[in-house]
Amino acid sequence: MGRNPNTGTPLVEMRDISIAFGGIKAVNHVSVDLYAGEVVGLLGHNGAGKSTLIKCLSGAYQKDAGQIFINGQEVEINNPRDARKYNIETIYQTLALADNLDAASNLFLGREIVGPGGFVDDTAMEAETRKIMARLNPNFRKFNVPVSALSGGQRQSVAIARAVYFNAKILIMDEPTAALGPHETQMVAELIQELKSQGLGIFLIEHDIHAVMDLCDRAVVMKNGEKVGTVNVNEVTDEDILGMIILGKRPPQAY
Amino acid sequence: MAQQTTNLDPQAGALTRFLRATEIDTRLLGMVAALLLIWVGFHLYGVILNGKGAFLTPRNLWNITVQTASVGIMACGMTLVIITRNIDLSVGSLLGFSAMMMGMFQVEWYPQLVGLGHWSIVVLTILLGLAVGTAVGAFHGWLVAYRGIPAFIVTLGGLLVWRGAAFLLARGRTISPVDSNFALLGGGPYGSVGAFWSWVIGLAGCAAVLWLIWAGRRSRARHDFPQRPMWAEYFLAALGCGLCLGTTLLVNSYPWPKGIVDQYAQRHGITVPEEGLFISHGFALPVLILLVVAIVMTIIMNRTRFGRYVYAIGGNPDAALLAGINVKWMIVKIFALMGFLTGLSAVVASARLNSATNALGTLDELYVIAAAVIGGTSLAGGVGTIYGAVLGALVMQSLQSGMVLIGFDAAIQNIVVGAVLVLAVYVDTLYRKRVK
Repeated sequence: MGRNPNTGTPLVEMRDISIAFGGIKAVNHVSVDLYAGEVVGLLGHNGAGKSTLIKCLSGAYQKDAGQIFINGQEVEINNPRDARKYNIETIYQTLALADNLDAASNLFLGREIVGPGGFVDDTAMEAETRKIMARLNPNFRKFNVPVSALSGGQRQSVAIARAVYFNAKILIMDEPTAALGPHETQMVAELIQELKSQGLGIFLIEHDIHAVMDLCDRAVVMKNGEKVGTVNVNEVTDEDILGMIILGKRPPQAY
Repeated sequence: MAQQTTNLDPQAGALTRFLRATEIDTRLLGMVAALLLIWVGFHLYGVILNGKGAFLTPRNLWNITVQTASVGIMACGMTLVIITRNIDLSVGSLLGFSAMMMGMFQVEWYPQLVGLGHWSIVVLTILLGLAVGTAVGAFHGWLVAYRGIPAFIVTLGGLLVWRGAAFLLARGRTISPVDSNFALLGGGPYGSVGAFWSWVIGLAGCAAVLWLIWAGRRSRARHDFPQRPMWAEYFLAALGCGLCLGTTLLVNSYPWPKGIVDQYAQRHGITVPEEGLFISHGFALPVLILLVVAIVMTIIMNRTRFGRYVYAIGGNPDAALLAGINVKWMIVKIFALMGFLTGLSAVVASARLNSATNALGTLDELYVIAAAVIGGTSLAGGVGTIYGAVLGALVMQSLQSGMVLIGFDAAIQNIVVGAVLVLAVYVDTLYRKRVK
């Protein structure tokens, strides 16, 4: 029998979360937790409820029932601003970039650097953007064009930079490598390892079973809005996880 | 500290290098070119067919600036509305309603309390007009954002409702004349600032241009960003100052008509010499109002969070929401701002007409939308500039004035304006495709 290898107070605990859309229970009494310095994979078919569950944490949706605890304190997250207040940053599958704005404006969207007189300081924001991009994607040069002119990988690095720049403690990544080539996927994988070693807790929504086996410490599998189970990735085979996703079959190692 | 200059590709053509170094927006250049083409075209038409061009004269250009003011002020607000993927069809009717409220207030209601010609009439009248516009705009925005009714429908309803309300206020009567101080805001000889103050304004404009260029260099230097080459800075400074002083010279070379001069001289005990007195109009008040609106709105759009969020909402409303922007409240504020500017436009329009009529502002919504769209605002959202909208309004007014000057009748004017609108958007679409 498997059990949670972590002890102490979890960084995030989502307890008994439910949310319904017009009578359809998208998430039905699901509990998950996340500890500092670990990557928890969220798996399941399209429509399994994993994105919906995580949007309750990022503030995009409001849960109907259940509780959310950050470092053991119960919190209310009603909108994305609340989530940011608790250092929860999200990289959405759609990237959530305003295509008509440049990288710096997107990175600081909603949190602009404001100079004297309340005017946004574009040069300061561009300078900060150059600094963080030098770390994340040294080849990035297109600072003064709308992000619609960027490649998929460049857009992704803008979205990641936005999440990383503001000292996230809890990072939510919704299929971060879905639109990327092999080289860029590798870069994201390395970044995840680096952030993990810095003590961030990461929720990773992912379809690619191999990426989950490589990157995650634990995996939570959902099906039809309910949790099938949680496994420690090093105790199971990818066959076991596939069985959970497709058939909803709990292996003995699940808890 | 070593100073980098903007990376210039020596292979590129001279024009490309020039545009890159000066960072002049090519679309702005295209619009200015179109405007000059219209101006020169109408002038030459007059020269060739009548032996005398009437378009490129101080008098005509001065009149065009005054006639542009009302639509131009509203086009600044419409740009924001369209950038955020909405539309406001009610501005013409709201202008009429607001003007009628102001007309009734300053002619029939308030003078009964304080007497005609009281100093407070003009102040309270303007405040009332602005308040009416802002309140109605905010109401429209609330219906759109918080009640989920499409802006097209809300403002289409508004178009009918406010025109009807304007009629009911005075049962269709024309309210005239308005308060004499109020009428100054419409322009005319007395509603202009004269030669001296026009030079002050022109020189202040020059100073602002130089300061902007200097502040830009300083800010880039502080972060070690590449600078424009010095010759490009000098060119921009010369262009900006030339534009400011040239416009001042233009408005100052349009004198008061003889009758007004005589009247003025008589009242002030001045003897008019044999050859006549040359008293300059200078900038008209409505033009100055438009300039202030355009400058303030440009600052709002480029340098404040509010402006940044307007663009973000237009580019991707979902992303704006996820970034923590209160999108609904922003929509209310944008419509309220549109209403405020409509109220201001109503001040200018009714002052210029020296009356409030039930038809004031009819079809203005279409001219305002056309001005914004000709100015490069995309109906798909996310794209648009204030200077574009003002230039668009100037293009529309130039076309109309030009056609009046060469004697086209109203039917042909409508056909031309409509065709130009479609053509302008087509050219813009082609341009965008090429840039991509």
